[in-house]
Amino acid sequence: RSVSHPHLPFILSLLALSFSPASVTGACRAIQKLTRVRVVDNSALGNTPYHRPPKCIHVYNKTGVGKVGDKILLAIKGEKKKALIVGHKMPGPTMTPRFDSNNVVLIEDNGNPTGTRIKTPIPYILRQRGEFSKVLAIARNFV
Amino acid sequence: CRVSSDGKPEKFQPPPKPVIIDKQKQREERRFLSPEFIPPRGRTDPFKYYIERKDMIQRRRVFNIPEFYVGHVLAVTTADPYASEKSSRFVGICIQRGGKGLGATFVLRNVIEDQGVEICYELYNPRIQAIEVLKLEKRLDDNLMYLRDALPEYSTFDVNMKPVSRLDDEEVPVNKLQVRMKPKPWSKRWERPKYNIKGIKFELPESKMKEAQKWSQPWLEFDMMREYDTSKLEDKIWREVSEGLKN
Repeated sequence: RSVSHPHLPFILSLLALSFSPASVTGACRAIQKLTRVRVVDNSALGNTPYHRPPKCIHVYNKTGVGKVGDKILLAIKGEKKKALIVGHKMPGPTMTPRFDSNNVVLIEDNGNPTGTRIKTPIPYILRQRGEFSKVLAIARNFV
Repeated sequence: CRVSSDGKPEKFQPPPKPVIIDKQKQREERRFLSPEFIPPRGRTDPFKYYIERKDMIQRRRVFNIPEFYVGHVLAVTTADPYASEKSSRFVGICIQRGGKGLGATFVLRNVIEDQGVEICYELYNPRIQAIEVLKLEKRLDDNLMYLRDALPEYSTFDVNMKPVSRLDDEEVPVNKLQVRMKPKPWSKRWERPKYNIKGIKFELPESKMKEAQKWSQPWLEFDMMREYDTSKLEDKIWREVSEGLKN
């Protein structure tokens, strides 16, 4: 289940039905309700295939738009799970990295990460807020 | 003395003069003015660009910004308060150079652990501690944004790459690589003539390529209102910049 094309990721690689969307808009705003996201840690919930991609259903923010470091509610495998945004396709301030896919790390209610390893690179900006130290501890690469 | 076949003494032919190729002069003739020095077309007072250039020259005196084009592989070390050892290093291929004056930027792209990452750096940002050119290579286009839709192998560069040694010779080599793309849809319709991309190996059927030509605007290159002749400006600015950097 390796991700080859970030454009239509998990959808095409799943064993069950394959959904190809009729049109894929480019990055408008970062992550809002109903955006499909990519879970990057090695938790079981994020990595087992399902016929629907994980989608955001709520952003814990005054505006409904989530950027790096915001918490969101995901709908994965018929369950609700909180997650932390670690990278999005929308270009941010200069000197910050812009990723080719909307990356997300699954998190519990108290802020502890669900998985045990994060292979994809994580931006350094996340260290600014002290509440993510446990997530950063399991991250391997930084950008 | 020499005797020719006639038997008469031959006229003395002096040996041909040796041609001295002065390599230093050749190097001076080849000059590179960074594109952010050239002011854009507009009705702004040139004094504003003069002040900006003074600041840019001041920054260049303290910090060396090497000559680079789109397609070069660079390694940038920035000061980051949130990084361990307070500095972070990023290696990538330059896909775009934009902005004029002090806000000039360049975008570096690399694929790390199957994840494509792009960072837009500002050339004159004081947080940048070092810019090294690892590989000198111009490409066929000015803008390599199509690498986002190309196969990831074309954007992967080793983070611990050693700088490729190169003599301080003449031209920068042009890599005529034709990049293979992922299946459509792409983020932009790169086959259209408006982007004028020569570095992609289009594997589309002929009918699609012909349909893309419908959007061509062949009158654009003859449009006289769009002409912007920068040769005199460039000469003037080059003299200013080289004098400022000599001190």
